[in-house]
Amino acid sequence: MTATTGAPTAPAAPRRRRRAPAGVLVRRAGLYAAGAAVFLFSVFPVYWMVATAFKPVGEIFSKDTRLFPGTLTLEHFDRVINGQLIPGVRFWEFLANSLMVTLGSVAAGAVLSLLAAVAVARFRFRMRGAFIILLMVIQMVPAEALIISIFINFRRFQDATGMQMLGNLSGILVVYTAVSLPITIMMLRGFVAAVPKELEEAAAIDGAGPWTVFWRILMPLVAPGLVAASIFAFITAWNEFIVALTFLGRSTEEYTLPLSLSYYFGRFGTEWGSIMAASTLLTLPVMAFFLFVQRRMVSGLTMGAVKG
Amino acid sequence: MAQTAEAVREQTPPEPPPAGPGGPGPGRRRRSVPTPYLLIAPALVILALVLVWPVVQMVWNSLHSYTIRNLLPNAPAPEWNDFAHYRRLLSDREFWTILRNTVVVCVLMVGVTMVLGTLVGILLHRLSRWFSVTVSVGMMLAWATPAISASLVFRWLFLPERGLVNVALDRLPDWLVGSGWLNYNWFLEPVSLFGVLITVIVWQSFPFIAVSVLAGLKSIPHELYEAARVDGAGGWRSFWNVTFPMLRPLFALLLVLQIIWDLRVFTQLYILANSFQNKSVYLLSYYIYQQGFSASPANYGMGSAIAVVMTVMILAVTAYYLRIMIRQGETR
Repeated sequence: MTATTGAPTAPAAPRRRRRAPAGVLVRRAGLYAAGAAVFLFSVFPVYWMVATAFKPVGEIFSKDTRLFPGTLTLEHFDRVINGQLIPGVRFWEFLANSLMVTLGSVAAGAVLSLLAAVAVARFRFRMRGAFIILLMVIQMVPAEALIISIFINFRRFQDATGMQMLGNLSGILVVYTAVSLPITIMMLRGFVAAVPKELEEAAAIDGAGPWTVFWRILMPLVAPGLVAASIFAFITAWNEFIVALTFLGRSTEEYTLPLSLSYYFGRFGTEWGSIMAASTLLTLPVMAFFLFVQRRMVSGLTMGAVKG
Repeated sequence: MAQTAEAVREQTPPEPPPAGPGGPGPGRRRRSVPTPYLLIAPALVILALVLVWPVVQMVWNSLHSYTIRNLLPNAPAPEWNDFAHYRRLLSDREFWTILRNTVVVCVLMVGVTMVLGTLVGILLHRLSRWFSVTVSVGMMLAWATPAISASLVFRWLFLPERGLVNVALDRLPDWLVGSGWLNYNWFLEPVSLFGVLITVIVWQSFPFIAVSVLAGLKSIPHELYEAARVDGAGGWRSFWNVTFPMLRPLFALLLVLQIIWDLRVFTQLYILANSFQNKSVYLLSYYIYQQGFSASPANYGMGSAIAVVMTVMILAVTAYYLRIMIRQGETR
């Protein structure tokens, strides 16, 4: 490996000759070894999760732990999907709950944050600076600190109006929408600001109303940003745990996937094959989206800190 | 993407706003003034009700005797208790231990994550392209794993008797690592449990730092390093004299974000500790939840008082974050 990469560079770059070639080779080997170590450290736990999910029970329980499964089996996936993680509730119901609350909050969040982002990027108004600072501060205050007050508020609201907010998906849907708003507004704001104002003005001169300008000019250009922000909100809501834990209580048929997984772990803590199979199923959608959105996520979170 | 947005934003301010305070045209004004307010209103209302109002209530709750009994129908309103929660916290040795552990664990998580992430970012910058991309994709897997899945995997890796780490340590020669690892329970004592917890958090968060640092490194002109090399600077000195000053705003921001994310860690501890029985492994967010939803009777007042302590710590860090953002013109 190192010999092949070292050989062609030597004649191509005569400058390199000033240093001892052996030293360069050793250093390069060191760099690649370090890279391989980082790769292994990152991937191994994920590999172990998937490998355990495909191992037969006998092998998981065996004292003779092996790095690679001897035989592969789908029994754990079968058990998770067709059996019951929680007595009386099927896997598909948890999946449906998770999808419903996640997609619902993403859709609501997309509309709300797009409106707010247009306001912040396109208009100068008196509350603008205060609004941006509010977003930045709110983004930092963790739900873990607010959870008691949020819970009490929803409980009081429920008692006062008779609308059920706890023990079903509506309460957590509202909270998830609110939680990802600050970040999605800040992400979208950059995308809206990047659309040249002249473009909108030109369309307006040609007789397009504000609504047409919005759909025909702004939307197509902001769409990639909207996708990125939505995926960010999706991941946040999909993974969320503490709000679901507090709000759903004992209503097991309303549980989201992370919650059902934790419940299952609490009751059947030794069924590692099934636990890992369920963890794998929980992880897959996030990984797919993550690989897709990864670059925008970095620029969204660090915003203007990296400047060329 | 953020860079282009930045450039455009910087151009906009000189243009006088149509709805400025000095704008006289009455007909135009009536039509354009309310628009931005209408646009932010829905987001503002939901944020105010769901996230801002609870901050106020958290403070109010912490100053009253407030338990689950006050939520019963026809129950009396919570009573003012003259800072009793805070006085109890001040004299509560358990609380001080938990606070100390939270700070120590957070510092370790942030420190290890930042150092490892920065080193990996520099490493990726020096590897060939295909190898760098391969390692990045591997890191994405760690980053993308949901907290619940990650915690369960690490619980499984460190499981007594059958966990891979225990088995591997047991198979290593005794003179190297000592004996008795096979049955070692990592989840009973604070030091070992926090060790596993820090490993999970670092595993999940170093990719973000590494990828951000890599993006920053790519933005530094190559000539600066050449100049440093001509001046005889090695890798260590060119990092501190070129890389660090150039990326200072980025490092400050990453540090703040990381501190805030690591102070609030809950899910991972919930899975690793797997109960509320062992108070010696609590962290602040865990203590809040335990007081509010696991203690009997649920003590909302006490939980809120602990939450106030945590929020104050986070707001102190946030103030620093705001300073960075305002300096960079993000609030303009």
